[in-house]
Parts: sequence; C-alpha cells; structure tokens
Amino acid sequence: MAGVELKALYRRFGDVTALEGIDLAVASGEFVSFLGPSGCGKTTALRLIAGFDRPTSGRIEIDGKDVTRIPPNKRDIGMVFQAYSLFPNMTAARNVEFGLRVRKQGRGDRRSRSLELLELVGLGDAADRYPHQLSGGMQQRVALARALAIEPRLLLLDEPLSALDAKVRVQLREEIRRIQTRLGITTIYVTHDQEEALSISDRVAVLSKGRIEQIGEPAEIYGAPATPFVAQFVGTMNRIESTVSRDTPGAVDSNGVRLGVAAASGRRPGERVLLLVRPETVELQAAGAENGGLTGEVLTHTFLGSVTRVRVQAGESEWTADVSGERAAALPVGSRVAIRFPADTAKLLTLAEPLEDVPDDQ
Amino acid sequence: MVALTPRKRIAPDAVIWLLLGAAYFLIPLAATLIFSLRSNQTGACCTLENYGTILHDPQFWKTIKTSFVISLETIVLTIVLLVPTVYWVHLKLPRLRSVIGFMALVPFVIPPIILVVGLLDVYKGTPTWFYAEPYGFLVAAYVILAFPYMYFSLDNGFRAIDVHTLTEASQSLGARWTTTLVRVILPNIKSAALAGSFLTLAIVMGEFTIASLAVFDTFPIYIQYINQNKAYPSAAVTLLAFAITWAAMLALLWVGRGRRTPVGEGAR
Repeated sequence: MAGVELKALYRRFGDVTALEGIDLAVASGEFVSFLGPSGCGKTTALRLIAGFDRPTSGRIEIDGKDVTRIPPNKRDIGMVFQAYSLFPNMTAARNVEFGLRVRKQGRGDRRSRSLELLELVGLGDAADRYPHQLSGGMQQRVALARALAIEPRLLLLDEPLSALDAKVRVQLREEIRRIQTRLGITTIYVTHDQEEALSISDRVAVLSKGRIEQIGEPAEIYGAPATPFVAQFVGTMNRIESTVSRDTPGAVDSNGVRLGVAAASGRRPGERVLLLVRPETVELQAAGAENGGLTGEVLTHTFLGSVTRVRVQAGESEWTADVSGERAAALPVGSRVAIRFPADTAKLLTLAEPLEDVPDDQ
Repeated sequence: MVALTPRKRIAPDAVIWLLLGAAYFLIPLAATLIFSLRSNQTGACCTLENYGTILHDPQFWKTIKTSFVISLETIVLTIVLLVPTVYWVHLKLPRLRSVIGFMALVPFVIPPIILVVGLLDVYKGTPTWFYAEPYGFLVAAYVILAFPYMYFSLDNGFRAIDVHTLTEASQSLGARWTTTLVRVILPNIKSAALAGSFLTLAIVMGEFTIASLAVFDTFPIYIQYINQNKAYPSAAVTLLAFAITWAAMLALLWVGRGRRTPVGEGAR
C-alpha cells in the first residue's frame, strides 16, 4: 500500500480554473473523501491522480515517487467510476479478470482470483452473468472487484454510489468501508453527499471552487467547521450574523438580543462574526410573558422520523431546531417560542466578507 | 422479453399496406424468375438451361470472384481506417464529428462518373500492380464510396456505448490503447461494423460506373454484358447475383457472430 501526496496542484481549462493549489497528504491505508458541490474540483483532482488528465502545474507523488507524467495504465491504480463501466461484452468474472489478463497471468490463476474477489463483494454466484443481467448495485460491486483484482497501490472511487437508490447506497458504502479496512488499501473517495463522506472516511477534505476549505476527521468537520462554506455545506447549521458583545464577555449581540457564547470570550469586542449553532443543540420552549431572551414565531414543522425540524422566525434571522415529536406537538405553527442553546456548543467564525449563498447540492 | 409482450392483432389496413410493400419488392423478382426460366432459343417455358449457361460460363465465376475479393478488401480497409479514427474522434475530438459527418456526404454529392476521372488522374504514375489491377485501383475508389456507409454505421455504434468510461476503465486496469481498442471497444461496436460491412458489400457487388470507365472486369460489368447479348440468361444472372449477395451477407453475419453477444441490451 502506498501513501499519496498532492503538491500545489493546479488545473486550468482555458479561462476556468478547476483546481487552485491543492496540497494534501494521504497516509498509507487511509480512507480520505473529497466532499464538495458539483464543480468544486473534486472529480478533477481524482482524474489527475488516476492519470486521465495532467495538472497545469504541481506534482502527484505515490509512495514518494513522482507519477505526474506517468500514463494511467502504468500507475497501478484501481478505479470505480460513477457511470456503469463494466465491459458489456464480458461476464462479471471476465470483467474482473481483465486487469490480470492484461498482466498476462495464467487462466487458472485469473479465474480463481476473480471468483475470490466476487465472493468478497458478495457476488460469488453471479460470475457468469453479463452486466446487463445485473442490477446497478451489483454492477458497481463487480466494478469494485475488478478494480481490486490488480492489487492496486491506490483505490479511487468517483461517486460510485450516486446512481443507486438510497437503501443500496447505504448498504454498499458500508461494504466498501469494510473491504477497505480489511485490505488496508489507501482509498480516495469522491462524493457530494456529506452523510456518505462523514460516515465512511478517516478524514474528509471539503472542497470549494478548486480549493480545500478544510480537511479533518468527520467529527471535526461536522463539529468545528473552519469556514462559513464548510458550516453551510456539511450538515444543517443555524448561521446567524452577530457582533461580539462590547460590554459582556462571552456573549454576542444578534438582532438586539444578547446570547451567551463561550467562544466569544477572547474575541475582539465589536467584531462581526457568524454564529454557528447545530439544530440538534437548539432547545425550544413555549415563550412565557416574563421571557426576555431570544424569542420567535414557529413557521413550519417538518417530520424527519426520529426528530421534527422546526423553523422559527426570530426578528430578522431564521432558526432551525431539531426537537422530539412530542415537544414539537406542544409548539404549534404560529406560537411564540423561546430559543436557547448551550453556550459552549455554539461556534463563531470571523465574518470577513458578506456571505454568499452556497448551493446545498448540485 | 418478446414473449412477455401481449400479442397484438395486426390491423386490417396494416395488412393491406404490408401486402402492397411486399408486392413492390416481390413482383419484379417473380417476373425476373419467370423470365429466366424461358428457353433462350424458343422463348418457351420452363427450362433451367439459362442457369446452366451462366453457371458453365468461366467468365461468370471469374468476375464474381473478382468482385467478392474487392468487396472484402474494401471492407477490411475501411474498418482498419475508420474504427480507430471514429474512436479517436469520439474520445478526444468530439467537435470534429460534424466535420467528418460533412466529409462523409461528399461521395454522395460527387457522382461516380466524375470521381473516376479524378481518381484516374490522381493515381496516374502509380505502379502497375496498383493502377492496372482491380485489387488496387478499384479498392481505393470503393473505399471512398463505402466511407459514408461505414462512417455513419460506426458513428451510431460508438454513440451507443460510453466510450470515455470504458476506455478509462480499461486503462486504469493497465491496458494499452491497442488492447483497449481490440478487447474492449471493438467487441462492443461489432454490430455497427457488421452493418457497415453489409452495406459496403452490397455497394461493391453492384458498382458499375467506376469499374466500367476504368475498364475492369467485375461482376456488374459481366451482368451488363450478358444483358446486352442474351435476353433470357440475363434474368438468370440477375437472380444469381441476388442470391449470391444474400449468401455473402449471411456468411459475414456468421463470421462476425459472437459466442454470446449482448448487443442492444448490453451496449447501452
């Protein structure tokens, strides 16, 4: 297994800059996801690593060796594509054998290896079926087996689950992680689905406009987003423009209401900040007359299964809270509620420039 | 899949149109057949002597062999030239597709009678084995005639498969360009290449103008000669030509058959 290093990777297509200086080191055996909206450069980065495209400048190293100029068929990289990529004229087993056939391995070895891999992806009994006789999920499993057959130094997955339905997606991503852990193969996974990235990766790199916005463990990305973009893109987040309080340490002012935020102490008073609060940490209570804190009016309820998402209009800002179904039932649409959150769970980001809206998805 | 669709009754007016269509093709054939069975001496029906005359004519066998070999040569050459070209255009130069599509129409626009004059001039001074032989000069000319048929067939075939993904998948598994082309791409466009080959075969087996003006003895020239000189045997030779062309197409189909071709469903 090998480690991968990307050094100051740039890729321009005419006037469009797809990658603006990507620096990243993936350790041997690590599972790293590239997460971002479409057009953020994640697939471009993956194609550069695979060798299907050349960077405008920068280097790609695998195991410390510069592979930037090496053609894709000499890189020993296994890849699973977003589109179904099985060779339609070959059975599942022949597809898996293909890379071994190119490497001139004997027929017997090839066959046993391909059956072993099909077994690994749970398709031992589908060896003699043609791609058109397999479901989408099965095809991607065979594609995974085919990529693993050549014992690649590195496994690249380009949104392999995006064409599949939700249930198969969850099942297969867990399986990918299981196989990856078992084989200990260095893996880079591209996705626009944050849940997918957070659930299976050792580390997640969030990309936007050709740059890495933040790289870290899933919990870190979710709990402590480093930039407004990450805060918006990963998970649902209340993003409230505020000012660090001038007279109360450890508090911010938002729409004329003072809110206790532990992270505010130590910040420059009067600094413009973005207050980040996860909906699951927000508490709602029916507002009493005596309440002087943050209050608002319930706009909508959305049933999400385990929780109900309640949107509340408080002055100029809109809050989202995930509360239990019972609690939500006690707070009908139109009622006044008090909004609270623990002072130590909220995060602050310096607001250098006015926020632009970040697309959630495609 | 076919078995699952409920059998529909064919509407009566559809039957009428079908019969009309069939008549359009079959009546001339039937008329030719009847005509071919009349005695060349007396004009009386029915005798197979015309077929005997043709089949015992060494010129018949010689010209048909010439035309058939030229056809195969033309097919091989157009496939060798066009498959990698169309592959490359689809993969790397998609913008050139419209240009090539336009170029492919040129053989339709320029009549063969003009084409042959130009070609005779262009190839003047080339070695005798090329210039004076049907296997040289005529094949060169027929590759041009076959170009549009083969090109549009292949273009359709390539459009039906995901050329990019298949190529990249093959490359990531370690295959070189040639391996990718032969093992992955070619098997998946085989039906398109076969369709182009049928058309090419049909064109070459029936091409008269260029062969005649360049003074080569091909099968259509022989048919024309018989036509002018022997009324009844000419009908026989026409039917024989028809049968032979069909047999050749079936042979091509047999040669190009896969062990199990998932054409259509597989080559999404």
